[in-house]
Amino acid sequence: MSSASSTTSGAAKPASTRAKPANKWEQAADWTDGRLGIYSLARANLRKIFPDHWSFMLGEICLYTFIIIILTGVYLTLFFKPSMGEVIYQGSYVPLKGIPMSEAYASTVDISFEVRGGLLVRQIHHWAALVFVAAMLVHMMRVFFTGAFRKPREINWVFGFLLLVLGMFDGFFGYSLPDDLLSGTGIRFMEGAILAVPLVGTYIQMFLFGGEFPGHDIVPRFFTIHVLLIPGIMLGLLVAHLILVFYHKHTQWAGPGKTEKNVVGMPLMPVYMAKAGGFFFLVFGLIAVISAIATINPIWAYGPYRPDQVSTDAQPDWYMGFSEGLIRIMPGWEISLWGHTLNLGVMVPLAIFPMVLAAIAVYPFIEGWITGDKREHHILDRPRNAPVRTGLGAAWISLYLILLMAGGNDLFATHLHLSINSVTYFVRVGMFVVPVLVFIITKRWCLGLQRRDKEKVLHGRETGVIKRLPHGEFVEVHAQLPAKDLHTLTAHEQVEPFELPAATDENGVARKANVITRTRAKLSRGFYGEGSQIPKPTSEEHHEITSGHGHH
Amino acid sequence: MSHDMSEEKLPESHGSAGHHEVAAHGDPFADPGLPAHEPRRTDIDERAAKRAERQVSLMFVVSMLATIGFIASYVAIDKEKIVYVWPLGNISALNFALGMTLGVALFLIGAGAVHWARTLMSDVELPAERHPIEADDEVRNDVIDQFRTGAAESGFGRRKMIRNTLIGSMALVPLSGVVLLRDLGPLPEDKLEHTGWLEATPAKPLALINMNTNLPMTAEDIIVGSLTFAMPEGLHTHDEDFQQRIAKDALMLVRIAPENIKDEKSKELGFEGILAYSKICTHVGCPISLYEQQTHHALCPCHQSTFDLADGARVIFGPAGHPLPQLKIITDEKGFLVATGDFDEPVGPSYWERAR
Ligand code: FES
Repeated sequence: MSSASSTTSGAAKPASTRAKPANKWEQAADWTDGRLGIYSLARANLRKIFPDHWSFMLGEICLYTFIIIILTGVYLTLFFKPSMGEVIYQGSYVPLKGIPMSEAYASTVDISFEVRGGLLVRQIHHWAALVFVAAMLVHMMRVFFTGAFRKPREINWVFGFLLLVLGMFDGFFGYSLPDDLLSGTGIRFMEGAILAVPLVGTYIQMFLFGGEFPGHDIVPRFFTIHVLLIPGIMLGLLVAHLILVFYHKHTQWAGPGKTEKNVVGMPLMPVYMAKAGGFFFLVFGLIAVISAIATINPIWAYGPYRPDQVSTDAQPDWYMGFSEGLIRIMPGWEISLWGHTLNLGVMVPLAIFPMVLAAIAVYPFIEGWITGDKREHHILDRPRNAPVRTGLGAAWISLYLILLMAGGNDLFATHLHLSINSVTYFVRVGMFVVPVLVFIITKRWCLGLQRRDKEKVLHGRETGVIKRLPHGEFVEVHAQLPAKDLHTLTAHEQVEPFELPAATDENGVARKANVITRTRAKLSRGFYGEGSQIPKPTSEEHHEITSGHGHH
Repeated sequence: MSHDMSEEKLPESHGSAGHHEVAAHGDPFADPGLPAHEPRRTDIDERAAKRAERQVSLMFVVSMLATIGFIASYVAIDKEKIVYVWPLGNISALNFALGMTLGVALFLIGAGAVHWARTLMSDVELPAERHPIEADDEVRNDVIDQFRTGAAESGFGRRKMIRNTLIGSMALVPLSGVVLLRDLGPLPEDKLEHTGWLEATPAKPLALINMNTNLPMTAEDIIVGSLTFAMPEGLHTHDEDFQQRIAKDALMLVRIAPENIKDEKSKELGFEGILAYSKICTHVGCPISLYEQQTHHALCPCHQSTFDLADGARVIFGPAGHPLPQLKIITDEKGFLVATGDFDEPVGPSYWERAR
């Protein structure tokens, strides 16, 4: 065949140096390459190196649960009717027979009881959503505490942040769709929150609900937002996020043979492919098992939504709990002026909520500005070696937990037999005090750990062997650390704080640093000043101790 | 920025601390380089490798069986069947069987793949080079040049009028999209100010209908210390706009011994100690449902705003910003409780246009 074609196209065609395909698969690959150019694409990626550490799996869990949510979500849309049209329930679930309800609620009950496997898919969808948001949070914590967000990865941090926020909101919209008593209460909350917006609140409310609460349009509208608008944006962000992960290559921990200029690990094909691919099935399988045994959101027990009724455990899913907490602890402040009302009791929490979130989004840029560090970073920080950052992260988590606690103040009160008022008062104060305390404690703890590392490097590791010296003293034998540990424990860098330039320049002319520069210097001292890092051991110190009179 | 961290403050040539040249100087902390590969059991013992192979295959086989089990459960188990499974209690047999078989089928594929990778695939760690993300100067200058040429050829900077009008038109055109959203809903007008009780007039009062019995009530029907829920006469649960109306019209009736009512105005609006308050919380609009007889406190379950019903439904705790609106009630000639007009202020959460 090839000889036939070469004769017809003339002698000008140079002979191909390409090896003959060895089998059908290679032949198919050649064919595809001619159209899509897959070989050049695969060359860089087939044996791409991925470093290994358990915490790197957190991002994978996010990806896999997202896929699971899409798969189950598509299934659910085949049966769900996003309509507020009223029907009388006639299905097989006896307690609801004859009760008027929306088609949305009725079809959700049908999915649970009439469609075989529908209940399972619904529960997988909901459980996967919870795991998705949780995994995103923990994944972000990993990235934060290890400093993996530093240059060149700041943009990817923002992409990840947007995915978290969109994920939370999409969860809220999805939770609202079945139009049960619990989710209706959530929508009511949203209406009140929108009304609290000054000037345009009532207009937004009317336009969003298509009239007064609850209106007829809210479920179909939320449905479109939940299944099309937000997931569409998320998919785009996710792809961009992954492309950047590939492009930047993964970060790695310091260790023997690992530098800022390389990445050490195992190749994509076959090890990483098998592990990551396998891990998808592990996650999916586990969520399926959980959904088989643990009921989540039993909407049939709550009943259809009625604005004049409320179910007892009016609680949002946990990831919205901290906004709920903010709302619950806010004193009821309302300002009436010139015939207008400003509902601070709702507005203030609503403004703090995005600010708490935004603080995370901008953190890499703030830290980058304070340190003035313009270099690329691929080696991760151990959290203890960045005490201020670690302290800030821990403080943020404690704030989140305190607000989560406020969001469940009724549960705390009933389960622990406390007065709900005292729980609320405690949280009102705690929200300001606890994060500060947590910051201080965490920072000290990190410094303690740094000191211990230094001790280990200089004096070695305790062996547990007690030796009696000739003059009768008992000492514990310390073993010198192996070279690889010495290196790992001292591989981190320590930066000196940024100092203001001298008050006068070389010609003796007074030079005043502006406020911004002075703030930066102060912050930088906070980050790297004396109280924030233990000087790491130098090789001289090490020499002196190890070459001296025996180690002990 | 002249204030950037000066180079000498940074540990010199960062990353190179782990290079082998440094090791030559006798630095004890130098990077000893990649450790030698240590073989696993399965690398040296062919029997162990064979065993691992069998384990992996076994997992895949059980996965196949589980999938078959899934299909069998789907066909065989009745969807209404409930079973008792310890310690979970009574659960749907179909959900349990489908979820367990699906879970096992998926999990074992994953477990098999991971086990295979861990025991039988090569675990030699390899280094790969990183390349700086930033382009080198030549590329950078080249691109900037090309861009400048392109920009100059377009005349974008030179023809200011075109540029400015283009920016203007681009800024305005998205407004069309915003305007298109107008028909999503009606204008607020005064919709939030009134409730269904507006229909009531002194000449044609509206009876209060008990939500449980669907019957009008006399004063005797309401005992001291009880909480009763009511809606206006003429409203039915099957009405097209029932949800929308009950979201504003819902009432709670409480009867307090007149001497215990602290607020004079509130006493006047009521009838013999029966006070009709809006059931809709003034915080964000949850229906209030928890009532404490002794203290006359009503608690909203959503965010625990607490209202003192004996004192004009004043807020005594929680995030709500103002008292619950009260409806004036009297009895008609037949002795039924009726309302003669609307609330004198809007019910539910507050909003910008709300006067008072
Ligand atoms: S809605 Fe009643 S306290 Fe928030």
